[in-house]
Amino acid sequence: MKKNRASIISVIVVALILVACKELGLVSTSRLLIVQYIGIYSIMVMGINIINGYMGTFSLAHAGFMAVGAYAASLTSRYLLTSAVLFPITILIGGLAAAIVGLIVAIPSFKSKGDYLAIITLGFTLMLQSILNNARVVGASQGMTNIDKFTNIYWVFVFLLLAVVIVRFFIGSKYGRSIKAIREDQVATQMSSVNVRQAKTVAFAVSAFLIGISGGLLCHLLGYTSPSSYGYTNVVDGLVMVYLGGVGSITGSVTGALIWQLLVQLLKSLGTWRWVVGGLILCLVMIFLPNGVFGYKELPDVIVSLKKKLSKKGEK
Amino acid sequence: MSVFIQQFINFLQLGSIYALTAISFSMVYGIAGLVNFAHGSIFTVSMYMLFFFSTYLFTVFDSSWLVFAVALVLGSVVMALVGMLIERLAYRPLRSAPAVATVVSSVGVGMALEYLMLNLFGSKAKRMPALIPNTSITMAGVVVPLYKILIIIFAVITMIILSFIVKKTKLGTAMRAVAQDKKAAGFMGINTNRVITSAFVFGAVLATIAAILYVSAYSIFTYDVGDSINWWSFIAAVIGGIGSIEGAVLGGFIIGAISIVAPALLPVSSYKDIVLFAVLILVLMVKPTGILGKNSAEKI
Repeated sequence: MKKNRASIISVIVVALILVACKELGLVSTSRLLIVQYIGIYSIMVMGINIINGYMGTFSLAHAGFMAVGAYAASLTSRYLLTSAVLFPITILIGGLAAAIVGLIVAIPSFKSKGDYLAIITLGFTLMLQSILNNARVVGASQGMTNIDKFTNIYWVFVFLLLAVVIVRFFIGSKYGRSIKAIREDQVATQMSSVNVRQAKTVAFAVSAFLIGISGGLLCHLLGYTSPSSYGYTNVVDGLVMVYLGGVGSITGSVTGALIWQLLVQLLKSLGTWRWVVGGLILCLVMIFLPNGVFGYKELPDVIVSLKKKLSKKGEK
Repeated sequence: MSVFIQQFINFLQLGSIYALTAISFSMVYGIAGLVNFAHGSIFTVSMYMLFFFSTYLFTVFDSSWLVFAVALVLGSVVMALVGMLIERLAYRPLRSAPAVATVVSSVGVGMALEYLMLNLFGSKAKRMPALIPNTSITMAGVVVPLYKILIIIFAVITMIILSFIVKKTKLGTAMRAVAQDKKAAGFMGINTNRVITSAFVFGAVLATIAAILYVSAYSIFTYDVGDSINWWSFIAAVIGGIGSIEGAVLGGFIIGAISIVAPALLPVSSYKDIVLFAVLILVLMVKPTGILGKNSAEKI
């Protein structure tokens, strides 16, 4: 109960800070934009983390899920729900569309695994990109432009909260515990009469739902979406954030998105050199922190272990 | 009929280039157990090396054959050093870390190398000087450019030499042992670190050979040429069965065939990617370890 109260208070505090920043103009619009990027990518990274972290499967389908979410949401906001009030429903429709696609992508994961699954999921992403590149309905390679810019910092915050709640609920549920068991040993899990297929399907759907939401939010923030943003670069971006922040952790997901987005912004003055620096930083982080910053750990765990260390030092 | 033969030669040329890149990808994968995302960038770097060496060498030598040979040797030596250096700095410290950490590290290396090339040499496409004289020969009434024939012959010779090294020499035996079981190979007195380094060296040299064949065929390249090569060689290696040379060759030729046949039959040429991935998924659905891959028993 006490723990719950603490988290509710922290949510309210963060919300108040955001209100102050936006309404009182304490922070410039470009800085606010960066905060929104961090929020949106945190949602995406949490989605990827369900498959790549908690389930321990190396999937590269996230760019495809993001594309489905983005296109479904922007089509809905253009033709069906044009008013700004209905924006959250639009985003949820994007998420649901991605979740349905996730159900299909889950099928190959039953049989193949490891790097074979990686290449199949990558195939899904690149195939989808190729289809979008040729589909006239959604503007082919031009993509969709003039999407209403409904996304603001409040919606990002609301959906980020929703994502955290969903991931926590999912990980604590029967399926969440099943996929963590699958990560450790799939055969043993199967022998303990866990329905592996069902658990994997649900995991893919939840993961795709979250990534789809982030896609919808992002295209309503930028005001456009095009197939070129859902290819190789996007796949790599997502991977980098997941493994940088730490696999199998909500804190890690947010940290990864935070570090990488800040890094991208900070290194902007370097022009294209920033990708060279960014690549090298990625190598260094992996060498010194192979599990990422918060691998399999949440913030409370870290605080507890820090407290223990400090108290031990005090005893000496 | 003559169109058919020309297309068939195009298929052999494209297939042999893909086969070489797939072998180089598959060697690193099989021996070091790493999906090397940096492999495409190694290909790109070797392309630039060959470009600068051959441009310089044309001022020294007259014969383009000599330039071809010297540029290839110099490029291979430099790329072997680059491959060794990358392995030492970015992958060896991660030998005992989770497998995915090495993969992410290779993503970092690949990104850094690709954009290093962009920053150093610009985004403008480079045109390689012609290394093989632009003559044609007539075979059975069909005119075929000389370079296409030579590319195919050169690729086949490389594959034969390579499979001899892997099957008959001591180093090759050690490589196969490490690919099967790293720990057990270490117990048998094999220096696994050295074998893994040599796999990266082989991978880099093969990428250089593939690169010189690629520029001989298409002559124009940009800094992001490695991206698509990386994926196609990965896919070729997976279709054929990862870790086996024959599989990589087979996969390379399958991809070459689809790239030639699909655009001729489909309304939109960019749908060939979709066909390729559909074939890939079908193959993996039927045989999850690739066409020539061995079914490994699940360890409990």
